[in-house]
Amino acid sequence: MDQQIITKLEKIVGMKGVLTSPEDLAVYSYDGTFEECNPDIVVLPENSDQVSKIVELASQTRIPIVTRGMASGLAAASVPFSGGIALVLTRMDKVIELDLENAIIHVEAGIVTADLQAFVEKYGLFYPPDPSSIRHSTIGGNIACNAGGPRCLKYGVTGDYVLGLTVVLANGQILKTGGKVIKDVVGYDLKSLFTGSEGTLGVITEALLRLTVKPKYAKTALVEFASIEDASRTVDEILLAGIVPATLELMDQTAINCIEKAMNLGLPTDVAAFLLIESDGVELESTIQEIEAIGHICSKTGATKVSIAKDEAERANLWKARRSISPSLARLAPNKLGEDITVPRSAIPEAIKRLKEISNKYGLPIVIFGHAGDGNLHPNILFDKRDPEQMKKVEQMVAEEFKIALELKGTLSGEHGVGTLKRPYMKGALGEVSIGIQKQIKQVLDPFNILNPGKVLPD
Amino acid sequence: MPFDKNIKVPNEEEYLNCIRCGLCLAVCPTYREYKNETDSPRGRVALARKSLEDELILSPNLVDKMYSCFACLACNDICPVGIKPADIAMEMRNVAEQVKPSGWKNTLFGKVIAKPDTMELSTWPLRVYENIGLRWLVHKLRINKIFPKQLRDLEGMLPKQPKKPLRHALPLISRANNESKYRVGFFLGCAQSLMFSEESAATVRVLNRNGCTVITPKATVCCGMPAAGYGRQDLVIEHARTNIAIFDKEDLDVIVTDCATCGSKLREYGDILNKDPEWAERATLFSGKIRDISEFLMSIPLEKPTGKFDARITYHDPCHLRRAQKVWKEPRALLQMIEGVEFVELPEADWCCGSAGSQLITHYETSTHVLNRKMDNLKSTEAEIITSGCPGCQMQLMTGIQREGLNVKVMHPIQILDLAYEAKDEDK
Repeated sequence: MDQQIITKLEKIVGMKGVLTSPEDLAVYSYDGTFEECNPDIVVLPENSDQVSKIVELASQTRIPIVTRGMASGLAAASVPFSGGIALVLTRMDKVIELDLENAIIHVEAGIVTADLQAFVEKYGLFYPPDPSSIRHSTIGGNIACNAGGPRCLKYGVTGDYVLGLTVVLANGQILKTGGKVIKDVVGYDLKSLFTGSEGTLGVITEALLRLTVKPKYAKTALVEFASIEDASRTVDEILLAGIVPATLELMDQTAINCIEKAMNLGLPTDVAAFLLIESDGVELESTIQEIEAIGHICSKTGATKVSIAKDEAERANLWKARRSISPSLARLAPNKLGEDITVPRSAIPEAIKRLKEISNKYGLPIVIFGHAGDGNLHPNILFDKRDPEQMKKVEQMVAEEFKIALELKGTLSGEHGVGTLKRPYMKGALGEVSIGIQKQIKQVLDPFNILNPGKVLPD
Repeated sequence: MPFDKNIKVPNEEEYLNCIRCGLCLAVCPTYREYKNETDSPRGRVALARKSLEDELILSPNLVDKMYSCFACLACNDICPVGIKPADIAMEMRNVAEQVKPSGWKNTLFGKVIAKPDTMELSTWPLRVYENIGLRWLVHKLRINKIFPKQLRDLEGMLPKQPKKPLRHALPLISRANNESKYRVGFFLGCAQSLMFSEESAATVRVLNRNGCTVITPKATVCCGMPAAGYGRQDLVIEHARTNIAIFDKEDLDVIVTDCATCGSKLREYGDILNKDPEWAERATLFSGKIRDISEFLMSIPLEKPTGKFDARITYHDPCHLRRAQKVWKEPRALLQMIEGVEFVELPEADWCCGSAGSQLITHYETSTHVLNRKMDNLKSTEAEIITSGCPGCQMQLMTGIQREGLNVKVMHPIQILDLAYEAKDEDK
């Protein structure tokens, strides 16, 4: 990187906010995938004005900018393949305002989502989205990827809580869009455009988020099924009965076997599927009623066993299996590639059947779990990337996974995003018309293609 | 591999499976201060890997990043894959030391600290905190400047020093008050003997009272933690053999220590020597006997003190006790069984205090920030006493309390029990 530019950046953010050592560049080369590429410089701004000046400078000099928070992404969206500036927002982590009367919080993009959640919970409020990276991802990253999580079935995804955004545009201008109103139909909904744009349209620096009231009680049931069809039918029956549980997690036999192999929790390995269902509410009685009603439905739709936790310890125990999936995957193979294809709810049994066929065809395990209520599946391929033959297989398997999703009228990704890894499949998923219009939007907002170039949209 | 065959490096399995999820960032005290990947566990694992795979050279800056780890082990605990970033940082310090040894470390960890006589003679680390010694150390540790505020903090950290080291005051054998039910070896740590002798004296009194005959060998050497922290694993191995041989001579049920750091290192001896045919079995036996004082007391039929100790007390988990030894229920239970004690849980009790051995000297700014977080949590408890079974933590807490002008005492949990026993005696 040109020394003049380094000096200018240091003037904007101070010496401590500019990192250039080989060590610094090396650790800003990756995210939560196995991809990596060094940036030319790392810049850590402390407020929106500094971001604005950095982007303005980058725009004048045509230097690519890849914005990132804690880099827990699973699509290589924040890996700086074009070099340039790694713009790290982790030091912008302040709560600007908590508006208790309107239940709205104004935060900087770099606040850790779990910190934000803990902060509002002190006031009896609740920020529901719960991506599994909640402790190691920032709200900016969550918004840029429109993150989901198990609770989204009942509460919705990150974007459903975004009321307003402060975005630094590609020329350095600061855009404020949305506001403290729940209803707002004046002009195009720009906040929704930037939500999920993965840093390709602007740099999200602040957000106004809607909060709700914290549910005080949670009741959990773990339900066993002898067939995946029964489990799937149960999900339908619960939702059609007008019950929307907070979570409806599915673990397929492949996941159960995987957990047992790695952890020895004593789970029954002859079960075809588990559903982990949780009800929550502000009143104890209604929460208990709901979980009992769910238990009743399960027993009528073919559940072989329904266990409802009596207390907090039992609840933690039921969750143990679900929480053990990730560690188990890691213990069974050096590498895993987890996708998050989403299909219409009714297509879950067919999707799982086909995923198993892929696994058999290529001889590499696919572990399947997911959020059954919204059709979002997490098939994880286990492999060893040191073996080139396996790497090749993985590539083909992923392509087939996406094919399944699209054939079943689903989509490539429910919550991880496109980043770099899913770009090759975008055309098939969206079609020429949609891609064309999206490219035009990108062209208008980022004419010099400096914002996270080479991500999301295909060439 | 960029290093010579003779140089001991971490195994590939220790770092290769890092899935880079980033969960360790959430719990790392240095990351949470700087919000910078280079100062994070995931970053350190990446740097270690890249240096071992010859993608990066083992530069002074890279080695510095290994030293910026506070070794609180929170990352080791949380990693879903079983990677131990804190251990890797430690091993990389050792790699650096093998590639380019520093002579002063040999003197300090091999000669001065290792042997109690020389240590007491030079009264290290007491003298180190005097200006000249401190400046020397600071220079050696590659700190460019030292601030007047830092000196003040360091001086404030010094506890009131005993007239003579406890090592000389304690007899080799302290008999149980009544019937002797256990033969207990006592590993008297350097800091405990030299700076917190009142605590260890209380430890022996409490053990004696509870049917333990206590054997305190005097020739023990440093547990090895300081040498390990500065990359001298070779010296740790030497220390381990010396200490094992000393305790081997005694027929003991358990070996107790009241220093979290010593305990965690002594428990590792079995692993450290597991490939040494001559020592493996003895080391495993030795490590299997190590107990923290609170852990041991809560495992025996303990005399419940009938005396009262009226105070609002909180407890800070030393990393070397909670995470390294999984002892955290016992000290709390011990405090809660004492009548009059109003126990209040410290928020984030197991978050590192920032002491991390010598980080207050070598990484003053970070250490101070981490300490501030601890002080904020301490204030919220409104406790009169904060207890913690680790001399490093205690010194760090004292520094923070003095700086903030708080009216809070720092004590070892064992002292509270000892005082409660004495209160009963006075009642009689």
